[in-house]
Amino acid sequence: MAQPMRIRAKLKGDEVEAKILVQHPMETGLRKNVDGEKIPAHFIKTLVVKYEDKVVLESVLGIAVSKDPFISFSFKGGAKDGKLSVTWTDNLGETRTDTVTVD
Amino acid sequence: MKKFILVLISAALSVGCASSATDKDYSAQAINLLKSDFKSKGPVTVERILKQDDVQKYCSALEDREGTLDEFAAIRDGQLKTVKYPMKGEYLGDWKEGLKIAGNAKGGQYSDSIGSENGGNCYGCHQLNKEEIAYGTLGPSLYQYGKLRGSSEDIYKYTWAKIYNAQAFVACSNMPRFGHAGILSEQQIKHVMALLLSTDSPVNQ
Amino acid sequence: MKHLKQLLFFMIALQWTVQVFAESAPVEQGDIYKELIEDGNPAEFREMRGKEVWQQKAGPNNVSLKQCDLGKGPGVIKGVYVELPKYFSDAKKVMDLEQRLIYCKTTIQGLTYEQAISSPLSIAGHASDVEALVSYITAASKGMKMAVKLDHPLEKEAYELGRKLFFYRAGSHDFGCVTCHSNDDKRIRLQSLANLLNPNDAQATYTTWPAYRLSQGEVWSMQHRIIDCLRQQRFPEVTYASDSITALTMFMAKNAEGGIYNAPAIKR
Repeated sequence: MAQPMRIRAKLKGDEVEAKILVQHPMETGLRKNVDGEKIPAHFIKTLVVKYEDKVVLESVLGIAVSKDPFISFSFKGGAKDGKLSVTWTDNLGETRTDTVTVD
Repeated sequence: MKKFILVLISAALSVGCASSATDKDYSAQAINLLKSDFKSKGPVTVERILKQDDVQKYCSALEDREGTLDEFAAIRDGQLKTVKYPMKGEYLGDWKEGLKIAGNAKGGQYSDSIGSENGGNCYGCHQLNKEEIAYGTLGPSLYQYGKLRGSSEDIYKYTWAKIYNAQAFVACSNMPRFGHAGILSEQQIKHVMALLLSTDSPVNQ
Repeated sequence: MKHLKQLLFFMIALQWTVQVFAESAPVEQGDIYKELIEDGNPAEFREMRGKEVWQQKAGPNNVSLKQCDLGKGPGVIKGVYVELPKYFSDAKKVMDLEQRLIYCKTTIQGLTYEQAISSPLSIAGHASDVEALVSYITAASKGMKMAVKLDHPLEKEAYELGRKLFFYRAGSHDFGCVTCHSNDDKRIRLQSLANLLNPNDAQATYTTWPAYRLSQGEVWSMQHRIIDCLRQQRFPEVTYASDSITALTMFMAKNAEGGIYNAPAIKR
């Protein structure tokens, strides 16, 4: 079940600094459990951040990114109280979107 | 005067007795805690930890008292006597196996299976070859161990005894007594010997 | 002879420098890594979950834990952790946080002891609600000074027992806590070891548990870490929330006196 993210978006000068903490197992599909069986792959494929209607970050994560990923970046053109939304989609088709306003 | 001295002595003794009585209480109570709170599992038994051997008991008590040089010497002598040297003076095994033993931190934990082979986890405490930078510093570096010491019978004997029972040379050493405690087999110790002493071992490059 | 002495001194100094450099370089990398991971601690999710668990009704009495007295009055969680373990007069014993939570679960919510201690430890992929609860409660002590007291005789006793256990060397490897945690600036592999007898190290260590462990992908409580230390020490299996753990916790918490609490933290 897709768990909520923790998102912080702060206006610093003319840039918005976005910090996104994601809850996701990011299972590679290569690990084995104590019984020696492979744990099925379950990882985020894409993560997209939009400010209002504009895409400000498009990323492809994949199995190289570890559990509970943390993503931090800055972008120009944002303002206080603007809407920042983050959407991820994983290899099992699960998806999650969380939205915050810029501080 | 005699009476005064007698009073002094008995005062000193009673103070000494009082503090050791308190220590005894906590020791006994601590043992009771171990008995009630721990359970045998896998290769680890509660009985073994309840019964510290003489060395473990002595070394644990050093929290409260200073050991004496004579006591340390007695420990070293006693522990040296436990060392079983290999048959026919064949000291060296295969350093490639020695490397595996050095990197294997398993064995002897209640999460390990009974009868599984133990590692030595030498890298946990020691630097060995130059390539492996993930080494511990609880023990001295063993880099170029054999290169610096040569291959005399004395060095072979000393190194064997050190691995077999480190307290033969340092009383209350932090190093496990790999042979005496049955952690590593004679063959495994031979492999570690080769890692330390053979000229083509990566440790001596 | 003078030249020989100088040469010898130079060579010893050179070897020492090389050794110090070789020993410090990987550890400095570790410090840089520590800084990088501090931002964005997944332990926050455990704190959020812990708040839910604290507030949810459970047990035959169908009540929440909100009336639980963790040492500063019913329902107070702010500042309780930096004063634990402590003597509780209703239970007539010294308790750490997890023993006290079990006490509340059994007396207030009416759960059995077995129910109260179910699934207490997070394993990779399965977070424990108990550790979530611990995360929530410990976070309420953030920024406060460690202030464990040894006023009550049983508190003093717990400290002394913890001390005895700390120095107790036994088992196949002759290990005690003392083996790895009684000297400055040592490490196992690349993991630096705190000298728990040194107040500075004791403070730095105790004030950063519980912690989200990247190696596990889960938050571990101090209790959980002690349990795993004992396993690695080649000791038999210790019972969860037993008095041995409380004694060791008391020993460390008191040694950390004055340290500023800063958990749940994040560690490798």
